[in-house]
Amino acid sequence: MKAKLLAVVLAAALCAACTSDPGDDGQGAPPGGKVELSFWSWAPNIDKTVDAWNAGHPDIHVTLSKQAGGGDIVTKLLTAAKAGNPPDLAQVEYQSLPTLVSNDVLADIAREAAPVKDKFADGVWQQVTLGTDAVYAIPQDSGPMMLYYRTDEFARLGLSVPKTWDEFARTARAVRQKAPKKYLTTFSANDPGWFTGLAQQAGAAWWGIDGETWKVSVNDAATRKVADYWGGLVAEGAVDKQPMYTPAWNKALNDGTLIAWPSAIWAPGVLAGNAPATKGKWAMAPMPQWTAGENRTGSWGGSSTGVTAASKNKAAAVKFAAWMNADPAATDLLISQSAIYPAARAAQSSPLLAQPPAFFAGQKDFYPSAKAIAETASGFVWGPNVNVAYDTYKDAFGKAITGRTPFAGAVDTMQAATVADMQKNGFKVAS
Amino acid sequence: MTALAPSVPVHDDADPRAPRRRAPRRAAWLPTVVLLIGAIYCLLPVAWVLAASTKGGSSLFTSFTFAPGGDLPANLGDLSAYSGGIYWKWMLNTLLYAGVGGLLSALVSGLSGYTLAKYRFAGRSVIFNVLLAGVLVPGVTLAIPQYLLLAEVGLTDTYWAVLLPNILSPYGIYLARIYAAAAVPDTVLEAARTDGASEGRIFGRVALPMMLPGLVTVFLFQFVAIWNNFLLPFVMLSDDDKFPVTVGLFTLLNQGQTVPALYSVVIVGVLISILPLIALFLTLQRYWRLDLVSGSVKG
Repeated sequence: MKAKLLAVVLAAALCAACTSDPGDDGQGAPPGGKVELSFWSWAPNIDKTVDAWNAGHPDIHVTLSKQAGGGDIVTKLLTAAKAGNPPDLAQVEYQSLPTLVSNDVLADIAREAAPVKDKFADGVWQQVTLGTDAVYAIPQDSGPMMLYYRTDEFARLGLSVPKTWDEFARTARAVRQKAPKKYLTTFSANDPGWFTGLAQQAGAAWWGIDGETWKVSVNDAATRKVADYWGGLVAEGAVDKQPMYTPAWNKALNDGTLIAWPSAIWAPGVLAGNAPATKGKWAMAPMPQWTAGENRTGSWGGSSTGVTAASKNKAAAVKFAAWMNADPAATDLLISQSAIYPAARAAQSSPLLAQPPAFFAGQKDFYPSAKAIAETASGFVWGPNVNVAYDTYKDAFGKAITGRTPFAGAVDTMQAATVADMQKNGFKVAS
Repeated sequence: MTALAPSVPVHDDADPRAPRRRAPRRAAWLPTVVLLIGAIYCLLPVAWVLAASTKGGSSLFTSFTFAPGGDLPANLGDLSAYSGGIYWKWMLNTLLYAGVGGLLSALVSGLSGYTLAKYRFAGRSVIFNVLLAGVLVPGVTLAIPQYLLLAEVGLTDTYWAVLLPNILSPYGIYLARIYAAAAVPDTVLEAARTDGASEGRIFGRVALPMMLPGLVTVFLFQFVAIWNNFLLPFVMLSDDDKFPVTVGLFTLLNQGQTVPALYSVVIVGVLISILPLIALFLTLQRYWRLDLVSGSVKG
């Protein structure tokens, strides 16, 4: 009896083995003469776009592998490349491109990618060339920053949409005064990409390259200005200091504790997923400016499709990447299925973007104004160790918040750690 | 609960004739209370998962924590529909990794533990000490070296990449050795040898049945460890068709800043992923306890 029970349990386990193993092997076998490509991505529902490609291109078959997003995929790519088995293509955030290029993970695809160059705005294309003659990826989406706010709460509290950062600070104080339980927004020590976007808007230039020598200035005047500004707001309690993308943050967005969010073009999707209770209550406006009348913004997020140096079918891989990010049939799928704001210029005028996102149904001109704002995004040169700068950001700003020390000190820590890491890895850094 | 404690001594004073009989009963309150607190501490997160799995995206963060919602069918539907039902494929993968891995690990542990306990050979204590040291090395630190080693032989991103490192479990071998030393009497082995049985036959027919309860423990330990393992499959696998449920759910939760995390889908996925573990414990626990008793009779 007892032995029988064990046998049943073990047989069940073994049976799972026999049913799932062969089915998988069958999928991997390529029919003769066909090019097989593997593609890592984290974009939701991107399998629909890949399926569309496979249906229309019987000679080049792409196998998608969904991965965890953002920084995780970079770590995995580095390990896989070291072990000699990276995928042919991978989705990579712009700021991670230099890290992968300096580790020889990505291939230079300048020749193969030349035909699609003029489908993208120069500022976007510059992000994938890293300011050289090489091309390391095809841009997929961009993330120009804008200000999102709760129209109902703003009306209730008698607030107007801040046009400058001075007004933003005054609005933050007014919120605390009129509704002590609410905050205008929060400063997150967990989201370095967000802070970098804010610094870009102020004109920060963290990395620059002159020949073989890097210039690193994470603590330049513009960045210090942004850090001091937010540090002041946090210190006087005018804004919240909880991190974003936590369940507590979701709750605060849902119940109206946080009523504004400086974010990027993809925010409607995040708000719809994380704060569904607030549907139709948000509106989008340009970012507050440092000088009245100015018109600038930064970028947060945005990614590209890179081809790995180890790929045996680079030409086919570039063909797929170019199709996915520039062909209207593909970009329309990216817009409708994956909620991606495409980087390709023509795609931004897609009829799919004539209507505002469902979550912002009241703001008819959402995409036209977003397109106008996107034109004002500052360019930015990413360095080879953005991951180090970002990790130090989380550390240093977290400490500054809990220790109540000035934020400018945290920026100095970022600079020191970034320079030290680059020197350790053999980069020439001008002092 | 604190209100209960003083009421007991009051009773004692009223009835001085039976202080001895009352004393152990009063003492029995403390363990009960402590265990109750422990049980609540352990079960509260499970209760949270249960309640949260019935809530949709908007009520998840706004309604009272333990108040159930009515969205369980919708959440289940979302989970099954996600990327063509890949969640169920992940569950099957996890069952494969944990079932086959646990079984092979129990067999290897049984064989090695028996050998270490019952044979005298050169290097025996060195091997055992190395194994003991292995118990102290957390598996997390080995994941990257194992990845690079398996990449050398081209086995990464295969089912073997997750199965092979899990087969050898120092802790399992250690347990099996202790159990073999206690449960398999030398006299039985000598009797079998006198009868002319080969060493392989003695292990298979005599020692293995005696060690079975111990091996079930090893299997259970290893099964749960593999079921919950995250880092090894995360490092080894890149094809989402081969992901176990832990890594799969992680990719749903961590999709970068531009995409909302699929909390309600992940929570219901977590709930389903712990059900087989509970079922396994309930069935094997009974089996395991019975055989500990019968084992002692045999010994």
